[in-house]
Amino acid sequence: MKALASGAAFIGHRLIQAMLVMLTILVIAFAVRAALGDPLREIMGEAVPVAERAKLAQELGLDKPWPVQLARYLGGAATGDLGTSYIYKRSTVAVILAKFPASFELVLGAGLIVLLLAVPAGIYCAVRPDALGARLILGLSVLGISIPVFLTGIFLITIFSVWLNWLPAFGRGETVDLGFWDTGLLTRDGLAHLILPAITLSSIMLPLFIRLVRGAMLDELGQDYVRTARAKGARPLRVWLRHALRNALLPLVAVGGLQAGTLIAYTLLTETVFQWPGMGFLFLEAVTRSDIPLITTYLVFVGLLFVIVNTLVDVLSLTLDPRVSLEGAR
Amino acid sequence: MRSSITLSLVALLAFGLMAGAEAKTLRMAYDADPTSLDPHEQLSGATLQLSHLLFDPLVRFRQDMSLEPRLAKSWEQLDDRTTRFHLLDGVKFHSGRTLSAQDVVWTFNRLKQSPDFKALFEPFEGARAIDDLTVDLITKGPYPLVLNLATYIFPMDRQFYTGEDERGRAKDQIVKHGASFASSNASGTGPFTVTEREQGVRLELNRFADYWDKESPGNVERIVLTPIKEAATRVAALLAGDVDFITPVPPTDLARIKDNDCCTLVTMPSPRILMFQLNQERVPAFKDPRVRLAINYAVNREGIAEKIMRGLATAAGQFSPDGYAGYDPALTPRFDVAKAKALMKEAGYEDGFSVTMMAPNNRYIGDQRIAEAVAAMLAKIGIKVDLETMPKAQYWQRFDERAADIMMIGWQSDTQDSANFYEFLVMTPDQETGYGQYNAGNYSNSEVDRLTLETQTMTDEKARAEVLRKIERILYDDAAVLPLQWPHLSWAARRNVRIEPVVNVIDMPYLGDLVID
Repeated sequence: MKALASGAAFIGHRLIQAMLVMLTILVIAFAVRAALGDPLREIMGEAVPVAERAKLAQELGLDKPWPVQLARYLGGAATGDLGTSYIYKRSTVAVILAKFPASFELVLGAGLIVLLLAVPAGIYCAVRPDALGARLILGLSVLGISIPVFLTGIFLITIFSVWLNWLPAFGRGETVDLGFWDTGLLTRDGLAHLILPAITLSSIMLPLFIRLVRGAMLDELGQDYVRTARAKGARPLRVWLRHALRNALLPLVAVGGLQAGTLIAYTLLTETVFQWPGMGFLFLEAVTRSDIPLITTYLVFVGLLFVIVNTLVDVLSLTLDPRVSLEGAR
Repeated sequence: MRSSITLSLVALLAFGLMAGAEAKTLRMAYDADPTSLDPHEQLSGATLQLSHLLFDPLVRFRQDMSLEPRLAKSWEQLDDRTTRFHLLDGVKFHSGRTLSAQDVVWTFNRLKQSPDFKALFEPFEGARAIDDLTVDLITKGPYPLVLNLATYIFPMDRQFYTGEDERGRAKDQIVKHGASFASSNASGTGPFTVTEREQGVRLELNRFADYWDKESPGNVERIVLTPIKEAATRVAALLAGDVDFITPVPPTDLARIKDNDCCTLVTMPSPRILMFQLNQERVPAFKDPRVRLAINYAVNREGIAEKIMRGLATAAGQFSPDGYAGYDPALTPRFDVAKAKALMKEAGYEDGFSVTMMAPNNRYIGDQRIAEAVAAMLAKIGIKVDLETMPKAQYWQRFDERAADIMMIGWQSDTQDSANFYEFLVMTPDQETGYGQYNAGNYSNSEVDRLTLETQTMTDEKARAEVLRKIERILYDDAAVLPLQWPHLSWAARRNVRIEPVVNVIDMPYLGDLVID
């Protein structure tokens, strides 16, 4: 009963936090609106008379000062209307939700690569710090983190699409519509399209996580309990994976949650290079074409995403470490 | 029994072969996709490109900029205010209806309602259907550009766009910032119909079975249009064979495509003039024609076209591109640094002065690097330039504010005629009439104003061209602005896609006539 109550309090607290984050984002978004460019320039021809442009500005409410625009927006938001995208001509929420699966699957693909490579590589570097392989991995990871994502993408496209012709250069390929989710994971074509973008996106996280796993593992390996386990004759692999890794995961999850922001930022670049029809690409498109309603909703959405990810990280830490309580996580 | 099976097999085989030879799919990638299917929603290149696929104009430009009959098979001038068009008989809309003169009149009236197009059709009084296949366009006074504007009349299916949609809104409504019936539904007479559209991802078109132009050599049955924003990816997709046709091609990748056996590259000068305007109101020195002349002598435009644009631009000394009535081959770009310095000295600015300059960094090909080069060249004659570049989203606001002493602008004439340049870029700015709306130099010359207005009602082509060239010469002698270049358009395709005959300087590839081997 007590656990349930503190669980409800935790969720409630997080909801309030989410609202505050979104409201802050909105105030900032509206305050800098004028600097985002003139949307009328994008939706009207160049030679259109000034009077026609002024008429449309009035129709869109763009002639009002930003606090008035914000008040109107909040009024609309109360009824569930977060504005209509200028370029997509649909509700901004619908546009973003339609693009969410593409981004999610890209992040999932990249996350999987990071997990499958970073954990073994990190453990290896920790248990055999002086081996040539470990030095090679660490050296390469420095290289990986210093190459811009954009270049990695173009590089991969040139090798695997243009020269070898193994993988497609752009887009998401064939997708299957599940009604609520448009997935590319169920077709061969869709998966083939995912490979290069996922590798590109993972290239930025991989070096960091290898180092993180290695660091955390090195810490744990020096602990008494590891030595005790080894002295009792437990097999090394078992000690590394069952004992040390489990404790090493804790800082990993915490840092991983913080990296969500970096991941979103790099999704923008990756999606642009590969013309991946996800949220990041959508956002850059909205910025270049001054689609202000879409920019605003995207920012709110990302704010919400941050709160959700951090909540998940807290819950995950809880299951990994019994010492962390919901009370504390609040 | 047996023979009938054989027969049907043969027939099937023959059909399959025929289909194999005929049915071609074109996968095309371009930088951005149109936001609407409504031809009257926005006056932009993307809208017009799509209009040529879903609709057909009354007349259209050939590659040499002469006019080619389309839905209007012929036309004649009845008096100095009336032009009569005779329509083709039996042209079908995608809905199955037959095109009539009433559709043309309906379309014309809708154009006059469109916020984007109405200014262009201001010289017109109206359109009148004489009979089912004859329509008159009547202008308010004598007007020389009736046919040029007829290229903008893409007849729409009047009945298809009449009535209310399921949300109770009129189907013919033009909505610039939201959904409308016409923004996602279309019925025209064009070679293609939309079969699938996911904005920003793909647009699929199928050839219209009842397309009127049976003489068109085009054999493309299906088009898949994909926007690829990133130029490097666009080029890679072509080289990898993921797409058959791309536009535009970035200057940095020209050699890569030219040297590759897989693909053909086609470039031609566009009629868009890129220039810097010198603000006389902000900088008194710019009032002195000698200073403006010195600037024109100081900038090595050939060098910029060669080095920065890698040959993908033609250096300009005037507004009108070759092929326009006002073009004068004698008005070549000046370049003589010594003379520029002498002119500065003569004007009393031997020690130079400081100015601000603004340019966009994602609007025109090479815009930022061109601005940097010009700033460096001006430094050599003592003009210190404080350059600021920014994305186009921010730039136009600054341009409207006339926020810098020297500002970059590229201009394409919507009427494909020289006078449009002068009306918008060099006539004395006037809020009432809208003339000089983009004259960020505040250049004012009553002779230019008077002559430009005169050309608006001159219908004698030869005499009119004479006046246009005269204006061009005045602007050249006066160094009204710093014209830089006419950038080139570029397209690239796989070898078997014959793009050369269907691309043109107005950048509206006529894909209906495209042949794929």
